[in-house]
Amino acid sequence: MRYAEVGYNLEIDLATGNIERVETDPKMMELHLGGLGTSVKIHWDRVPPETKPFDPENLLIFSSGLFNGTPAFSANRTVITFISPQSGLLAYPMMGGFWSSELKYAGYDKVILRNKSPKLVYIWIHNDKVEIRDATHLKGKGALETQDLIREELKQPNAQVAAIGLAGENRMFCASIEQSRSSASRLGGGAVMGDKNVKAIAVRGTKGVNLADGVEFMKLMEEVTEYINYRNTNPIPDVMTILSGIGSPQEMVHTDEKWHTENFAWGNARNRRKNFWTDEIEESWAKAQVEAIKRFISCYNCPQHCGALIDAPNVPRYMMKCFSKLTYSMAAYVDNLDFGFKIAQQASEYGVDGFSTPQILAFGVELYENGILTDKDFEGCPKDNEGRFFWLLDRVVRREGIGDVLADGTYWAAKRIGNGAEEFAHNNIKKHEQLPIKLGMLDPLYFLMYSTNEKISITQIEGNWPQAAFPTKEQRERFVEDWPQLPDETWKEWLLEWELRGEKAIPYFPTPDIAAQIVDWMEMLHNIDDALCICAGMGSFCLKPPYHIHNYPKLISAATGLDLDEEGLKKIVNRSRNLHRAYNNRLGMSRADEKPPEDHWKKRFPEIEEELLTTYYEFKGWNYDGIPTRERLHELDLDYVADDLEKRGILKDGQGQEEN
Amino acid sequence: MAKVKKKIKTIKIDADRCNGCRGCEIACSLFHAEPKYSSINPAKSRIQVVSHRLKDIWLPVFAGEYTPAECMGRDVYTIDGKEYDECGFCRAACPSRDLFKDPDTGLPLKCDMCEGEEEPWCVKWCLNDVLVVEEREEEVEEEEALDDMEIGLEALTNKFGMSKVMETLARMSMAKKG
Repeated sequence: MRYAEVGYNLEIDLATGNIERVETDPKMMELHLGGLGTSVKIHWDRVPPETKPFDPENLLIFSSGLFNGTPAFSANRTVITFISPQSGLLAYPMMGGFWSSELKYAGYDKVILRNKSPKLVYIWIHNDKVEIRDATHLKGKGALETQDLIREELKQPNAQVAAIGLAGENRMFCASIEQSRSSASRLGGGAVMGDKNVKAIAVRGTKGVNLADGVEFMKLMEEVTEYINYRNTNPIPDVMTILSGIGSPQEMVHTDEKWHTENFAWGNARNRRKNFWTDEIEESWAKAQVEAIKRFISCYNCPQHCGALIDAPNVPRYMMKCFSKLTYSMAAYVDNLDFGFKIAQQASEYGVDGFSTPQILAFGVELYENGILTDKDFEGCPKDNEGRFFWLLDRVVRREGIGDVLADGTYWAAKRIGNGAEEFAHNNIKKHEQLPIKLGMLDPLYFLMYSTNEKISITQIEGNWPQAAFPTKEQRERFVEDWPQLPDETWKEWLLEWELRGEKAIPYFPTPDIAAQIVDWMEMLHNIDDALCICAGMGSFCLKPPYHIHNYPKLISAATGLDLDEEGLKKIVNRSRNLHRAYNNRLGMSRADEKPPEDHWKKRFPEIEEELLTTYYEFKGWNYDGIPTRERLHELDLDYVADDLEKRGILKDGQGQEEN
Repeated sequence: MAKVKKKIKTIKIDADRCNGCRGCEIACSLFHAEPKYSSINPAKSRIQVVSHRLKDIWLPVFAGEYTPAECMGRDVYTIDGKEYDECGFCRAACPSRDLFKDPDTGLPLKCDMCEGEEEPWCVKWCLNDVLVVEEREEEVEEEEALDDMEIGLEALTNKFGMSKVMETLARMSMAKKG
């Protein structure tokens, strides 16, 4: 009997139509848990670094995590892995919703797609019956529309469907995979799915998921439940409203957007508008939002309601989550929120990343305004900001005219356009568009998170440590007095010492040594969540979450039957994390790639940054180039990885710890 | 007839508060798993959230009685502009649909209010207070519960009259002895 995981993967060869239900090795759970961890292992074993994103051999893996389908609240993420057409590295965008639990109830932990289908198809998984079905009638259909069409066609109202829209079909590099109120957006999973000619994967399952010790598991969940109730009624004081609760930032609930609109940059991640949030704006934006929201909704088995069913004037209904209500308005310099709700509907049906896409459109507009793109490129484009964005979005997802160039994202588009366009692709890390934030002073923690994490998206790297120092001593004391999630009580001192200005403030404090420990801890929490497929909003992404390093080992032990303590759990996720790093090293990533955008902070400190990176690499057991050392790999039972890296000349003489 | 007090349990369902998470289905199937808490299978849950997301329909429905026959006619409700699927509100496990049938055995499922527990598990698991259990006492006329044979005999006496039934029974009894 397998516990927590179901023990079978679905292997589908799209070229031949061969479908196999393959039993997995139970040892893999002991070594990598599940979710991201076991998926990375499959990519390492089966996809060599010579593979290009649109090669048939690039695997596209849809994975559940260890906790999907169990009673663990908020275990509803699906992690999708592939070599990204944008970054060229192993990407792992995730989506919430309902899909991965249904997959486990159907009897599978993962769906592994290889090769390409000769025509557009969708996959229908109904317990033991799996079919590849013709989808030519769904070509060009919206990603949301497709989900309902498939449910109707199959007469299966309870089927969960993950689908791509036009952007994915046309291999736009920021194409998302949409499902229910959620989407796996970053780094072009939709493009790889479209390249494989798969329009959707529908799944319905009526089997069970087993727990090794259900009584113990539920006892632990009672504590978690109690804490969720406590946190939902006791927001954290002294922090911004959106950081005070649990779950994703409650962007659908809160209408006060002073902080985002005045602190995030508008346009192509350019300008802050410091006095934007007037009484008039506040009133009109709140009205637009309240009127547009039909109901607050959640993902599977989650008590929160981070999403909403949107019923905006003259717009077909759709579901929205988090921050996409603002990204388009701000990138387009449009001061009414109705526009945001309207274009986000179109964008969801097209299936595009709500972070990258607005910046790509704004980048196009900027190039035009600066004479790098011409009237010929913009022939037929409306002159107003709103019309221009709709027009450009349409061109991009259809890859028509200039849209074909922009569809590769700002980095690659700039390379193709030339003529100084590179200067305008200014907000990327590892070729990937970042949140439009431009700040004053170098922040050691954020410098490390931005530079080094494989996710390349700050919202899924940061989390448990406060974003900034508290202004007063009283506030700091209040924050630390009730902080059981910390790995070590002594860390409270760091927060108590942390000031807004002076020697104990950024960029000098947290010092590189302390910063390395804090960042490593936050990253580890994300890696645990991503192996279990717990929403980061209940674990790694928020302050004082219900799940943390002290209760996770117990929950995992009760669910799986493994006998895990904190050290054991840390070792497992470190193993998967280092395997992921080595995989990306093999794809060419190294120290030179690990840097935030140059204009992210006005005040930069090259020496401090150098020391931060070196200290962090050493703490992680990586050499100067950011490659795991043989010693580190050996500790994590990854000698086979060290052998491979040495054979390929990526690790030289084992270590290469010194700068050379 | 004497009056007796009877406990009535009602689950009040505030569907407007439902966020559509379907945690109730998990909790139900976990409690009714054998052994208890050993596995989760929402398809075996005795509460199902009938949903159509874009139509704004999230409707928790509890499994009621099994019925061997389909209804002659069907209902389609439209409430507040939302059209609910045929039989949407019906609690019965019946031949017309798969709802409330064990996916492995096909046997009908019925909500038992998690007998023996402090409160039903679906209620406990719903942190949004969509499901609230209410218990009240009602005075009802004492009725002696009829067993199956009595129900059958009562039906026969209604049809044929008491004397005819007794005569028949006496004759049958004699014949057996004879």
